[in-house]
Amino acid sequence: MNKVTDISSLRDPAFTAAVQADSGQDVTTCYQCGNCTAGCPASFAYDRQVSQIMRGVQLGLKDEVLNTRSIWMCLSCSTCSLRCPNNIDVAAVMETLRHMARKEGRVTVPKVEKFWFSFLDTVRVFGRTYEIGTMALYMLRSLRIFTDLDLAPEALKKRKLGLIPHAIPRQDVPDDGARAVGRIMQRYRQRALREGVRP
Amino acid sequence: MSVVSFAYYPGCSAKGSSADYERSTRTVCGLLDICLEELPGWNCCGSTPAHAVDTELSAALCVRNLDIAAQCGAKTVLTPCPSCLSNLRHAGRRMATPEFRARVNELLDAPAAETLPEVTSVMQGIARQYDKAALTARVKKPLTGLRLGAYYGCLMSRPADLMDFGDPENPTLMEEMLTACGAEVVDFPLKTSCCGASFGIPERPMTARNSAKILDLAVNMGLDALVVACPLCQMNLDLRQKQAAKSAGTTFDLPVPYFTQLLGLALGAPTDQLGLDKLCVSLDGLLKKAEGGQQCG
Amino acid sequence: MRIGVFICHCGSNIGGTVDCARVAELSRAFPDVVYADDPMYTCAEPGQAAIEAAIHEHRLDGVVVASCTPRMHEPTFRRTVERAGLNRYMFEMANIREHVSWIGKDKEANTNKAAELVLMAVEKLRRNTPLTPKSFDITKKVLIIGGGVAGIQAALDCADGGVPVVLVEREATIGGKMAKLDKTFPTVDCSACILGPKMVDVAQHPNITLYAYAEVEDISGYVGNFSVKIRKKAAYVDWSKCTGCGACTEKCPARKTPDAFNELTGPTTAINIAFPQAIPKKAVINAAHCRQLSKGKCGVCAKVCPTGAIRYDMEDEIVTEEVGSIVAATGYDLMDWTVYSEYGGGKYPDVITSLQYERLLSASGPTGGHILRPSDGREPKSVVFIQCVGSRDKSVGRPYCSGFCCMYTAKQAVLTKDHIPDSQSWVFYMDIRAPGKMYDEFTRRAVEEYGTEYIRGRVSAIYPDGKGQYVVMGVDTLLGQPVEIKADLVVLAVGIEASKGASQLAEKLRISYDQYGFFMESHVKLKPVETNTAGVFLAGVCQGAKDIPASVAQGSAAAAKVLALFARDKLESDPQIAQVDMRRCVNCGKCIRCCPFGAIKEVEMRGEGKAQVIETVCQGCGLCTATCPQGAIQLSHATDNQILAEVNALCQC
Repeated sequence: MNKVTDISSLRDPAFTAAVQADSGQDVTTCYQCGNCTAGCPASFAYDRQVSQIMRGVQLGLKDEVLNTRSIWMCLSCSTCSLRCPNNIDVAAVMETLRHMARKEGRVTVPKVEKFWFSFLDTVRVFGRTYEIGTMALYMLRSLRIFTDLDLAPEALKKRKLGLIPHAIPRQDVPDDGARAVGRIMQRYRQRALREGVRP
Repeated sequence: MSVVSFAYYPGCSAKGSSADYERSTRTVCGLLDICLEELPGWNCCGSTPAHAVDTELSAALCVRNLDIAAQCGAKTVLTPCPSCLSNLRHAGRRMATPEFRARVNELLDAPAAETLPEVTSVMQGIARQYDKAALTARVKKPLTGLRLGAYYGCLMSRPADLMDFGDPENPTLMEEMLTACGAEVVDFPLKTSCCGASFGIPERPMTARNSAKILDLAVNMGLDALVVACPLCQMNLDLRQKQAAKSAGTTFDLPVPYFTQLLGLALGAPTDQLGLDKLCVSLDGLLKKAEGGQQCG
Repeated sequence: MRIGVFICHCGSNIGGTVDCARVAELSRAFPDVVYADDPMYTCAEPGQAAIEAAIHEHRLDGVVVASCTPRMHEPTFRRTVERAGLNRYMFEMANIREHVSWIGKDKEANTNKAAELVLMAVEKLRRNTPLTPKSFDITKKVLIIGGGVAGIQAALDCADGGVPVVLVEREATIGGKMAKLDKTFPTVDCSACILGPKMVDVAQHPNITLYAYAEVEDISGYVGNFSVKIRKKAAYVDWSKCTGCGACTEKCPARKTPDAFNELTGPTTAINIAFPQAIPKKAVINAAHCRQLSKGKCGVCAKVCPTGAIRYDMEDEIVTEEVGSIVAATGYDLMDWTVYSEYGGGKYPDVITSLQYERLLSASGPTGGHILRPSDGREPKSVVFIQCVGSRDKSVGRPYCSGFCCMYTAKQAVLTKDHIPDSQSWVFYMDIRAPGKMYDEFTRRAVEEYGTEYIRGRVSAIYPDGKGQYVVMGVDTLLGQPVEIKADLVVLAVGIEASKGASQLAEKLRISYDQYGFFMESHVKLKPVETNTAGVFLAGVCQGAKDIPASVAQGSAAAAKVLALFARDKLESDPQIAQVDMRRCVNCGKCIRCCPFGAIKEVEMRGEGKAQVIETVCQGCGLCTATCPQGAIQLSHATDNQILAEVNALCQC
């Protein structure tokens, strides 16, 4: 907060251009009214508000932007995009920043990414989400073994969570169901590595 | 009315946390002569984690389903879940860009069909077949005396041009349906605000605080129930209701049923075919009130 | 022919990227050119003197100046050659600034292109003939459309200058938006008190004829001689008998009629006088809500009217006025803010427009000047003002600034504190635009003396909290975080748009308007009152956002233009008009049908029908010359031969 940023030397126009190209949004039209911040349901968990992130993108302050917690805490609810007076899809900019940060291995809030990976792991194996599996994997990954323990009695009593994974029935489709999904994810991973980005 | 058929994509939560949504959806569609043909071998759309990680990965997971539907000759796929709907529609639209299509096809076993079917919500699918009057004509047990609010969540109506749900700030389809069922539906101002989505596990305050805000307003407005159409919203507002109450330093006791469950009740479906037992905050009080209303009315 | 060519350097504007001396040298070889020079500033006094001297010295009978756009200096140089004894149409201009030096950096290419443009001008000039304007009489009477403060000012200034005025107002009373305001910034003086006397002056001025509750139906003619059809809408009251006593409005049983003057903040009666100081103070019946007119049974007002003025069978009446000039002063309307669903889109009774708030503040308003919430009549303690609702917002198609909202919002915050001392006002703003005299000081007073909290940021949403208040979800971008305010009343500074029907009126006036319906001035800086139609002038917000002082100033400016026009007894018509070669005309009628000005009529000549141009009406647009299959119509000063000569010159370069 208190440091002085030398924006003349930190400015990276290529970063601004890359964000604009990937997101398809013209950030120069942002006039900093703050409407995106005003409506953001995740703002309380942000270290930089979304309008400040837009400012950082305008100025080309790459590190300042890609190292925020905010881009990981974004809920993708698109309230910002809906109400932007300049028709900027702000949520698309946030998603682009998240992708850029991930590809470079900048993960400021690891638990969020761990949750995503836990979710996608179950999809890779079963072809469909397995909620208890996701929970278990996430607890292991994050070492937060008490996550949502308070919900367990209620959830189990109401059978809200299926104990048995619902894999894609193999006989239903010629491509072997779950394995086809596994192959999609495998190809994605191999291509990312080939292209030199973190999958 | 003759039976119409739609291809049907239940989404993963239908097999787990929102089995009651699934159950009631099938019951209601059955009563309304809408035949749901489940896509064979459908897979997870990737939900938030996939698109948060990579747009092309998310699209590939979605397109496999759309491709299966295309192979089955489906024109329209119905899905109850707004998150699945959003992902499937986004993927379908992005496939119109040749470069994007080529990148996605690289991830698939075989290139996707040129023409992919449209996807729509169960809610809109029902509305296509039944306008308000037609729905009212099917009502056997009107929800008289119930004061309800409709909550759509953040995904159902936006982006407006993709989701095609009318005013993205103020969708009204669910209200129309519930009104057709005889309930008093009051305009719920936070109907499209975000409940905290899938952050319940990694960042509980996100769901707790946002859901508390929604529940608090619903209670202040004197609603008997807040009616939802999204499995994730339902989980955050119902299963996680105590977490929300704790974060707000209060207590809530507000039923959060799916719109299909109330539709089912109004259409006269037996309660055991609507998965009401899965609701954490019981609907019993509400049911008594509705019966009372019917007797008075 | 002996032609002189002058290649202007325009300082470095042209000379920087065009070799002017070289262009002059090349010009000396062009046909009929006997003299060429390259002055530094041709339009300056020495430059003009040099042209005059060259005309005398070299016995020139035609001049080409290669410089800037003819829009600016063609009239200047025409006067120059005229002073030296040439016909003013023996002059041509080549634009080597906007079309050459400002758009290209390659000096050699620029020089060549400049020389080519000069050659084209020379070839056209060789085929020019002297033209003489005709003079015609003018009707020294002015039509002013719109009786807001700008139109009132223009009307009074013209009338005081001795010019008869016809003032047409769409509503039943003049006064416009200013009549609805409680106080005005930055002096916080009473709006009705300063406008009222001017309205009375309009009513009493012997030179002003007022048509209230009337609209301009049709306009024909041209500068000096316009003919205007005015539709006097049926008021269902004979105004020659109505004394404005108000007996009818007291007894009218249709008490739920929407009150447009009060911006729908309260109901009124079907027969109504807009407000106590209305001019004219005459009753009008709202036919849609009148029981007699809509259902055929009531007739109460006719029974109680002491002068028998009620006329249920009244119909619209068309009157015609002949005038020499027109001032458009049609003002503005608020944009339809209900597109903002996130602010309730009109669902929440206590989220109101700033104009509605003016009516709540006004002693003649529905609450007698007490600020009371529309929902429950309670006095609000927390009032939130939101600026730029429908201004500077591309997402709703309103990218422009409405100009005066910053100032009236500050005024309303000040008045709120005056009315309710224990209240707190909050203003959400993006920028405070207060450049007028004593304006910025006024906004500072709102903060420093009246305790208004200014919060820099937009508001994302407003919703009722279910307990009688509204949650305003905003942001303080200076603090860098979202903020929420519990409000009892929310006032939206709704952006402006051109008044309803402005674009249709512009088409009747044959003036341009922008994509938002605001009328276009002739030159954005140097002709802000004129339009591109001679004799039609603009005043007030119809031309673009402006506050009361600026509207009054433009009203006076428009009057000055009218008075200057009428200072002459005759006007000259532009001789650059279409002319029919009667021998070639086959009377096919195509020119008559395509002329946008109705300037061509069919005449009988030796037993045959022929087309004839009405010289004073023709605007020289050239549509007919392009349409005529016989080539029988030629535009003087731009004949087919002249255009072909220019094209030939270019092709032969």
